Amino acid sequence: MRAFRYARASDPADAATLVAGEPDAVYLGGGTNLVDLMKLGVLRPGLVVDVSRLPYDRIEHLPDGGVLIGGAARGGRVGRDDVLRRRYPALIRALLSGASAQIRGQATLAGNLLQRTRCPYFQNTTVPCNKRDPGSGCSAIPGAHRDLGVIGTSDHCVATHPSDLAVALAAYDAVVEVRRRDGTEVLVPIGDLYRLPGDTPWIETVLEPGDLITGVQLPPPPDGAVATYRKVRDRWSFAFATVSVAAVLTADEVRLALGGVAPKPWRLTATERLLAGTDPTDDEVRAATRAAFADARPLPDNAFKIELAVDLVAAVFRDLRPVGAGR
Amino acid sequence: MSAGSGLPRLEGRDKVTGAARYAYEYPIEDCLYVWPVGATVASGTVTEVDATAALADPEVVAVVDHTNAPRLRPAVTADELVLQSPTVAYRGQVVAAVVATTLEAAREGAEQLLVRYVEHPHKAVLDPDDPDLEQPETTNAGFPGTSVKGDVDAALAAADVAVDHIYTTPPEHNNPMETVAIIARWDGERLLVHDSNQGPWAAATGYGMLWGIPADQVDVVTEHVGGGFGSKVWPTAGAVVATVAARVTGRPCKLMLTRQQMYTMAPARTATRSRIRLGARRDGTLTAIDHDALQYSSVIHEFVEQTGSATRTMYASDNLRIRHRLARLNLPTPRVMRAPGKTPGMFALESAMDELAYALGMDPLALRLRNEPPTEPATGLPFGGRHLVDCLRAGADKFGWASRDPTPAVRRRGRWLFGTGLASAVYPVYQQGGTATARASPDGTFDVSVAAVDIGTGARTALWQAVADALGVPPSRVSVHIGRSAFGQSSLAGGSAGTASWGGAVRKACFELGRRLAEHGGAVPVDGLEVTADTAADQLPPDHARHSYGAHFCAVRVDADTGQVRVDRLLGVFAHGHALNARTTHSQLLGGMVMGLSIALCEQTIVDPRLGLFVNHDLAQYHIATNADIRGLEAHSLEHTDDDVTLVGGKGIGELGIVGSAAAVANAVFHATGVRVRDLPITVERVRAR
Amino acid sequence: MTDQLRGEVVLRVNGVDRVVNLDNRTTLLDALREHLRLTGTKKGCDHGQCGACTVLVDGERANSCLLLAVAVEGRAVTTVEGLADGDELHPLQRAFIAHDGFQCGYCTPGQICSAVGMLAEVAGGLPSWVSADLVAAPELDDDEIRERMSGNLCRCGAYAGIVAAIREVADG
Ligand SMILES: Cc1cc2nc3c(=O)[nH]c(=O)nc-3n(C[C@H](O)[C@H](O)[C@H](O)COP(=O)(O)OP(=O)(O)OC[C@H]3O[C@@H](n4cnc5c(N)ncnc54)[C@H](O)[C@@H]3O)c2cc1C
Ligand code: FES
Ligand code: FES
Repeated sequence: MRAFRYARASDPADAATLVAGEPDAVYLGGGTNLVDLMKLGVLRPGLVVDVSRLPYDRIEHLPDGGVLIGGAARGGRVGRDDVLRRRYPALIRALLSGASAQIRGQATLAGNLLQRTRCPYFQNTTVPCNKRDPGSGCSAIPGAHRDLGVIGTSDHCVATHPSDLAVALAAYDAVVEVRRRDGTEVLVPIGDLYRLPGDTPWIETVLEPGDLITGVQLPPPPDGAVATYRKVRDRWSFAFATVSVAAVLTADEVRLALGGVAPKPWRLTATERLLAGTDPTDDEVRAATRAAFADARPLPDNAFKIELAVDLVAAVFRDLRPVGAGR
Repeated sequence: MSAGSGLPRLEGRDKVTGAARYAYEYPIEDCLYVWPVGATVASGTVTEVDATAALADPEVVAVVDHTNAPRLRPAVTADELVLQSPTVAYRGQVVAAVVATTLEAAREGAEQLLVRYVEHPHKAVLDPDDPDLEQPETTNAGFPGTSVKGDVDAALAAADVAVDHIYTTPPEHNNPMETVAIIARWDGERLLVHDSNQGPWAAATGYGMLWGIPADQVDVVTEHVGGGFGSKVWPTAGAVVATVAARVTGRPCKLMLTRQQMYTMAPARTATRSRIRLGARRDGTLTAIDHDALQYSSVIHEFVEQTGSATRTMYASDNLRIRHRLARLNLPTPRVMRAPGKTPGMFALESAMDELAYALGMDPLALRLRNEPPTEPATGLPFGGRHLVDCLRAGADKFGWASRDPTPAVRRRGRWLFGTGLASAVYPVYQQGGTATARASPDGTFDVSVAAVDIGTGARTALWQAVADALGVPPSRVSVHIGRSAFGQSSLAGGSAGTASWGGAVRKACFELGRRLAEHGGAVPVDGLEVTADTAADQLPPDHARHSYGAHFCAVRVDADTGQVRVDRLLGVFAHGHALNARTTHSQLLGGMVMGLSIALCEQTIVDPRLGLFVNHDLAQYHIATNADIRGLEAHSLEHTDDDVTLVGGKGIGELGIVGSAAAVANAVFHATGVRVRDLPITVERVRAR
Repeated sequence: MTDQLRGEVVLRVNGVDRVVNLDNRTTLLDALREHLRLTGTKKGCDHGQCGACTVLVDGERANSCLLLAVAVEGRAVTTVEGLADGDELHPLQRAFIAHDGFQCGYCTPGQICSAVGMLAEVAGGLPSWVSADLVAAPELDDDEIRERMSGNLCRCGAYAGIVAAIREVADG
């Protein structure tokens, strides 16, 4: 780990000033991903600006029924919030499925959204990786890619975004509040936050240097929505998703987002359109989900994820809409 | 209170308050930090170690590589001969070490080091068609590489029913919670180490061999050890680096391997591939058993996992053939991990027995009872106590096996498919000679010292009880001193032999002391009385086949939506002879079962053959069972006495619980789903591959 | 201040302010173990993957290996050494001994600190992944204990004893 300077931002303007003119500055939230990657030598910042104590850790219940979660809010606070527990169950389940209680307690919402891929080659500085070392090549495609992406990937990178929370946020149509270095506020729908790898896998989001995530707006969930989050993993706790799904369903609306399959939370927009307002049979759900993978680029060891996702979506439909004319 | 009762651990209070000191935790002044650097090629030659950037940091004191390291002498495996040559036999092999005044500077110095190589071709795939496979003469623990009885091929051809399948297990890493840790100091030609190991005497011997000094010139202190499971049996490459750094710098040096470094600078279990063929008559009588086992070793040392060794002793058959073949790969030399050979071998054999039971339409329990051998099948030796049937019957009773419907894939409730399975367990009795010293003091107290180590087995407490028992005094008057090589030649905590071996020496010393005291009319002389005993000559003759036994019964539920497997219940019944401490024995059996469940469902070290890389070298990607993975867990010990076992009447316990448990899980998964998973671990995609 | 690669840090550990001169790179775990000689907190992975380094920060459990010591300034740290009341062990410490909730003991300080934090989380109404009802006050059955303790790996496999020990304390 490179020796670095440390500064604690006293307010947002201070944070912006601190990182100005510092090309190798990073923000520090809970540090559970940043410090991890610094120890591995993957990230070598020269300046660490601690934004974990900025006043963005509150949870506001908005008059329209929505919620604003501060970017510095830690998992424990999010998990205890009454309104979120009642009205956004998929979000709370996604949160509680992630990492361990310790990490959830330390990690911030902003840090969670911006955590880096868990691709083992990205984390290992002794092997090629286009995301870490542009142009060096992707070791995962010809190597161990079982846990990596099947859709939205490219010939240059098959990494997945590992966040559970982001998958649920995608299903709730969350909007990310960003404070630019010049003090302006920008709103980024979560679906637009992440970029696909294409031939520039090291560019992961639309954020610019110095952008600070101050919060995430949750619009009110659709009326009468039922929602859940299911996660398949290699052990029963404390493991990243092999495949996960967040579902928010109403009588005429369907929202589905998958984790573990793509470089970003993967909304199944085609599937949603096919199923919205219908009372689909099990087979119809499966067919519509499978259709979403028409452009998939599975690799030999992770192709199973597609049918697993299909089964998972079907299971979620069955559980959330147990009575349907269609079956 | 007497031996066998469940006294709480002597060091319990120290462990729950954080007072217990592990190797790395001794406050030693002026100590330097050592960061080993692993090779980044799978095969090749180091052409240059450029330390300029690393040494530019004033906190970096030295960089050691093969050009400036002192010479070591061959010891146990070539892996421990660190920094002796520029040749790289596998990725991650130690090629340099950075020594610094702070941990942070040592790590950064390692990142700054520029090591250049010429790369050579490498091989990292375990391939049954590899033209260079070797046929080893012997395996680890001294079994013959090949043994043949009767005519297996003819018997298989003539069998009414036969099964023929291949079972594989991946490389697995021991992953003790405490990684390899050491503080090393030189005092002239004496080496002083605080070391995390499974036997201070073995450590002293190992370091002594490497440095060409007698073992008694090495003072090893090992008070507490955060687990080993085989990875700390002999000095590891990682630990040796610290002794080198201390020599080079002339200062105390401390080193704790990172979790990632543990994957290449400490040993692991080989991958195995077992082809098992069983032939039987209609009534279930086995007529042929063939176990063809393939495993790997490194290119610098031959280590042959005794994968077929359990097959030698489990079931009767006139025709029996066990073969081992060995691939040489550019990977670290694999060594022992909990129940070497038995764990992967019994996964294969006990899965195959289940498959045979289905092929015969016979209850898997009945099949095993049918094939109970009168003498050990491979050797013809009489058994020194055989209790497999007792374990199977008792387990079946406790588990409720009798009501089982064998039909696979028919028990579904909601999204869950339910199933049950069983498997047998076996582990040989090992015992080693060693010394122990017992001392009586005039104030009526007793001190016993033995170079034992408590890696979590409860050895300290068990020995304390054994001493009190042997002397016939209350435990409160007894102090047991362990964890130092200076206490004399002694056994390892390995092969489940530790407590039995140390206990034997300790009891012998106590009995002698008792005799000597009696000569003094029972009164302790003013200077006290001290006796040292040696059990080297008291070993069990090789005239019996001695094993402990067990049976696992497992109930799983499988998520029909996803293929995820959950073990609802794992019940083991074990016959291990006399237990010195029932409480810690119980914990060890449970711990073995947990590890068995863990290797069944989630453990595997993934090899990237292109890079010769252990890909998932940490605890986020190498999954071991969490608390949430463990539900109903029961271990029962059968009361029995075998006249012909170890000097303390007990057989090994530490490894028994893991043997066979993975097969019990896999057999239950088959019963639940109809899917036979023959490759560990049992991942969702394997269960879903229907 | 930002030119500095190291500096004096005041760490409040077990109720006592300790002033240490630390490299910014030093984690709370290494500060405890290497600088304050509080070696009860263990290093098992150094990457948040095992829980051996669990301490309480402002009463909440955290992996000290992923916390920069400088960033913890002003927050109250409790380690395993701070749980007992003089000679009187914390009830969880007693229960771990009584139920043989450990073997090698290396994960144990982390398990115990984690359990202290976990019981507080339950009292504060935090649900878990296995809670059927996210809204109701959580009921701490064995599956809940297991899930909530899963950030603490135990390679010795002492999970049964760990659950029993926590169960006993939770039930009072
Ligand atoms: C062993 C382990 C298991 C895990 N398992 C899971 C899992 O199952 N599911 C899951 O979803 N996650 C999992 N995680 C990841 C974990 O959720 C993330 O590490 C965590 O959410 C990151 O939050 P943080 O506040 O600690 O971020 P940090 O590490 O502080 O920061 C992460 C990134 O975000 C940037 N950043 C931080 N705050 C801001 C801000 N306000 N504005 C702009 N940029 C910012 C940082 O510069 C850095 O690049 C696991 C982590 C570990 C170590
Ligand atoms: S050492 Fe911190 S979680 Fe493992
Ligand atoms: S007691 Fe050894 S790791 Fe838990």
